[in-house]
Amino acid sequence: MAMLHTVNKSPFERNSLNSCLTKSKEGSTILLIEDAVLGALKGTVIADKLTTAMTTKNIYVLGSDLNTRGFTEADILDGIKVVDYSGFVDLVAEHANVQSWL
Amino acid sequence: MKFTLLINEGPYQHQASDTAYQFAKAAIARGHEIYRVFFYNDGVNNATRLAIPPQDDRNITENWAALAKEHDMDMVVCIAAAQRRGMLDADEAERQGKDAHNIHPAFRISGLGQLVEGGIQSDRLLTFGD
Amino acid sequence: MSDDIKKFMFVNTKAPYGTVYALESLEVVLISAAFDQDVSLAFCDDGVFQITKNQNTEGSGMKNFSPAYKALGDYDINKLYVEKESLEERGLTLDNLMDLTYEDEDDDWAEKPSIKLVTRAELADLMDQQDVVISS
Repeated sequence: MAMLHTVNKSPFERNSLNSCLTKSKEGSTILLIEDAVLGALKGTVIADKLTTAMTTKNIYVLGSDLNTRGFTEADILDGIKVVDYSGFVDLVAEHANVQSWL
Repeated sequence: MKFTLLINEGPYQHQASDTAYQFAKAAIARGHEIYRVFFYNDGVNNATRLAIPPQDDRNITENWAALAKEHDMDMVVCIAAAQRRGMLDADEAERQGKDAHNIHPAFRISGLGQLVEGGIQSDRLLTFGD
Repeated sequence: MSDDIKKFMFVNTKAPYGTVYALESLEVVLISAAFDQDVSLAFCDDGVFQITKNQNTEGSGMKNFSPAYKALGDYDINKLYVEKESLEERGLTLDNLMDLTYEDEDDDWAEKPSIKLVTRAELADLMDQQDVVISS
């Protein structure tokens, strides 16, 4: 079973998403929550980096945090999946372990 | 599954406590158990009984208290972090010669060992912080 | 389940003093020693600054808690993984870090370094193997 990584800070504010990307293994899952959901938007400076990451990892975004900040599924990169809090719980249960990048 | 949630930030200042609360509710609804919620660093401030947030906004402390009561959740405030930040229950206040106490009764004060024990006894431990 | 030893990793990504996380994380680590689990620490990103030498807090009035890292060896906590790339990106080498050691009871109490320099990829592997990761 793979690891679930959560990232909660915006990649434009802090390095934590980058750190997560460099230290998450292939086959692992990354869930963007809180301000980190902003990293999932189309057309940002990190879009290419995330698109590349998606070839070996599963990337999710917490839908309610996206909506809270005024965005919807239509605004995020293709390939990033949206989950709600139930989905968040399921991801935690389905992965062997979980690490938060703060 | 049993979850232990570690909350490292105070109410309103960061979203950590809100996210953890929503997660806890969803986990319970999915049939899981919240083994313990542990408040550390500024997270101890979630346990204040004196907060008066605006009427049209959520009351984070009372939200936790209600959830804990409904589901018999163990909510622990780290004593070392609490003392540093002036969060005292009645016993601590008396022991330390302070003339007031401010911990909401839904929370109990205990040591860091409770966090480690939570990690040992739970299936998953999540950190909510900054 | 409760009798199995779990692998606990404390991940440190923030510089000390600017925020409290380094100090309060270390307090958890010291407490964890009493629980006989398989404890390790990871220092990456600005976390590498937590264990630099010569921390002199006189002028800032902050409490210098760096000596507490030296006690870890006495508590059987002797796996301190430091990410090589994080050091390099910050212009640091092992020489900038405190000399943290432990006495190996399986080797006639020989004094050995607790700091283990690892690459980003090696750290990723180590993190993946943990049961409990406590981040700060």
